[in-house]
Amino acid sequence: MKYVDEFRDKEIALGLAKAIRAEVDLARPYRFMEFCGGHTHTVSRYGLEDMLPNNVRMIHGPGCPVCVLPAGRIDMAIHLAMRPEVILCVYGDLMRVPGSQGASLLKAKARGADVRMVYSTIDAIRIAEENPAREVVFFAIGFETTTPPTAIMIRLAEKKHLSNFSVFCNHVLTPPAMQNILESSDIRNIGGVEIDGFIGPAHVSVIIGTTPYEFIAEEFGKPIVITGFEPLDMMQAILMLVRQVNEHRHEVENQYRRAVIRDGNLRAKEEVSTVFELRDRFEWRGLGRVPYGGLRLKPAYTKYDAELRFGMRELCVADDPACECGAILRGIKKPVDCKLFGTVCTPVTPMGSCMVSSEGACAAHWTYGRFRDHQQRPVS
Amino acid sequence: MRGHQCKLDIKNGCIDLSHGSGGRAMAQLISGLFHEAFGNEWLARGNDQSAFDVGGGRMVMTTDGYVVSPLFFPGGNIGSLAVHGTVNDIAMAGARPLYLSASFIIEEGFRFSHLKMIAESMGEAARSAGVHIITGDTKVVERGKADGLFISTAGVGVVPDGLDLSAENARVGDRVLISGTLGDHGIAIMSKRQNLAFETDVMSDSASLHDLVVKMVEAGGHGIRLMRDPTRGGLAATLNEIAQQSDLGFRLQEEAIPVKPDVAAACELLGLDPLHVANEGKLVAIVSPEVADAVLAAMRAHPLGCDAAEIGEAIADDHHFVQMATSFGGGCIVDWLSGEQLPRIC
Ligand code: SF4
Repeated sequence: MKYVDEFRDKEIALGLAKAIRAEVDLARPYRFMEFCGGHTHTVSRYGLEDMLPNNVRMIHGPGCPVCVLPAGRIDMAIHLAMRPEVILCVYGDLMRVPGSQGASLLKAKARGADVRMVYSTIDAIRIAEENPAREVVFFAIGFETTTPPTAIMIRLAEKKHLSNFSVFCNHVLTPPAMQNILESSDIRNIGGVEIDGFIGPAHVSVIIGTTPYEFIAEEFGKPIVITGFEPLDMMQAILMLVRQVNEHRHEVENQYRRAVIRDGNLRAKEEVSTVFELRDRFEWRGLGRVPYGGLRLKPAYTKYDAELRFGMRELCVADDPACECGAILRGIKKPVDCKLFGTVCTPVTPMGSCMVSSEGACAAHWTYGRFRDHQQRPVS
Repeated sequence: MRGHQCKLDIKNGCIDLSHGSGGRAMAQLISGLFHEAFGNEWLARGNDQSAFDVGGGRMVMTTDGYVVSPLFFPGGNIGSLAVHGTVNDIAMAGARPLYLSASFIIEEGFRFSHLKMIAESMGEAARSAGVHIITGDTKVVERGKADGLFISTAGVGVVPDGLDLSAENARVGDRVLISGTLGDHGIAIMSKRQNLAFETDVMSDSASLHDLVVKMVEAGGHGIRLMRDPTRGGLAATLNEIAQQSDLGFRLQEEAIPVKPDVAAACELLGLDPLHVANEGKLVAIVSPEVADAVLAAMRAHPLGCDAAEIGEAIADDHHFVQMATSFGGGCIVDWLSGEQLPRIC
């Protein structure tokens, strides 16, 4: 696979691993959080932990937009989908996400809800055009990466005078969540956050650039390296973070130059700011209510806001009290420290956000890494 | 099937509820379409069952249901798939497949011309596998209740005396062989799914593996512990299943696992892992180290095994993990899939 295999080259990887080993100071820990589930997936799938010195530890952060969606928002979507006039369009990986009491959109579909899996926002528009007598709602979800397509779709619906189309908006923003991880109020309960640097979201930065993370590097003194999702990208980023730590620097560096520029994609940012505005607070699964952590439609577009159109009531559902997601997302505990891990909580029966999508910390460890809990020796 | 029958209008006609009623229309469909396609002496007798010879050895029997969507895909259709799948289930026991049954649940409105194409490719697949479809059943359901067409099959075959392929035979140190590239069928199907259609030259690998099995048994004899065809759930599900049943673990070398570049690229695009994607013409064999090279050579000498490879070995592991040394230099588990494999959003 041209343009992919180059980023999975074993020899270069071994060279980078050697460089990391040569530069780390064995007398101190290096704890780096990868914010994105895509990075967590790469760490687990390629077994990067086996290639790092013991004192370099990867902390698996919030994960992907699916993992951070609270159960209450899934319940809201299920209620909406059960209305006979509604066709709910969702991305496939949302289908299995548990709401309260094990409910999911997949189960709602089996009970008769008209839930349709779509692969792009355009599919939702097409379904609305084909079903003028029904109400078509698009379940919009995602970090900054998937927000521009939703904005463009809403403007397209307006241009087409589609009156049976609306959006259940669950778009969230990454910089406020990163800030929340570092200064969350439950730190008193769960102990201090021990993070020495961040692997920054790559696809997000393709849209918003690197500048929105500068205040975090600056105010919290944490180095950030915006990084691609290939294993070599990550190895290089880890080396860059090790160097920043060793040199007492805390900057936003851009490892992913092949796709990210400092200011991001201006056209996409403009589309987003035309249609969306900040919510004061938005609940993230595992993190709680994050100030300015989500988006909603601007007043000029509220006729496309499903929450208003259908008078949807905000539902809050607490995760299982034994679930340690909050501490895991902040790097204070590991998946195996949770009593529920691998017993009642598995990818088939997820209890908390970290197990929900394959990119969550617990799911990644369960799926790819749990052999390490039983034997310290890596395979090879 | 007796009495006056007018010909089916294959070109323009379609299934209606009368074709499942048990009356003349149904008889006409069976004789005019299925018997034409499957034609053999057992069916010609027109009974609701067929008596048959099996010869010496132990008999194996299998049954399976086919609900694939789309019904036609690059490299085959639901009919040829039903034959290949059933033949392979029999062949994995080291058995010679002999007879099949086929039961059709057809939706009202289904076109005769499509049914004919499906039946003909079933007949063709059966003939080339040396099996006979000797009994069947036809039901017609109302529009919207069967996604076009479902086929369910049963098959019987005979295992040669003395051959016993089973998961509990596997031992630490046994080698894992795979007969070719992974994921071809799943990607061919996905490339034709509504909403997901993408350009690829990948064809389904759907094929009957009984002849390959014969060659492998000739080369490896009792050194072959067991064989499985990694269909739904892919290689990952198959090896996890074997690990549980044999009370062992496996250690794979990712670099050794054959995957076509086009399949790898499509998986990359969709966020899927080729180890989880379905195959319909591949087998995994667990063989003793003494015969591994001979069996591998026999596989490579057969057209359906030309890309065969040794991909790992059985290890002692109370947790029954399937571990893999990644081509990148680290290690990971190859786990079952949790639920259906769905494309990721970001
Ligand atoms: S194992 Fe499950 S319950 Fe425990 S922290 Fe992880 S997601 Fe939460």
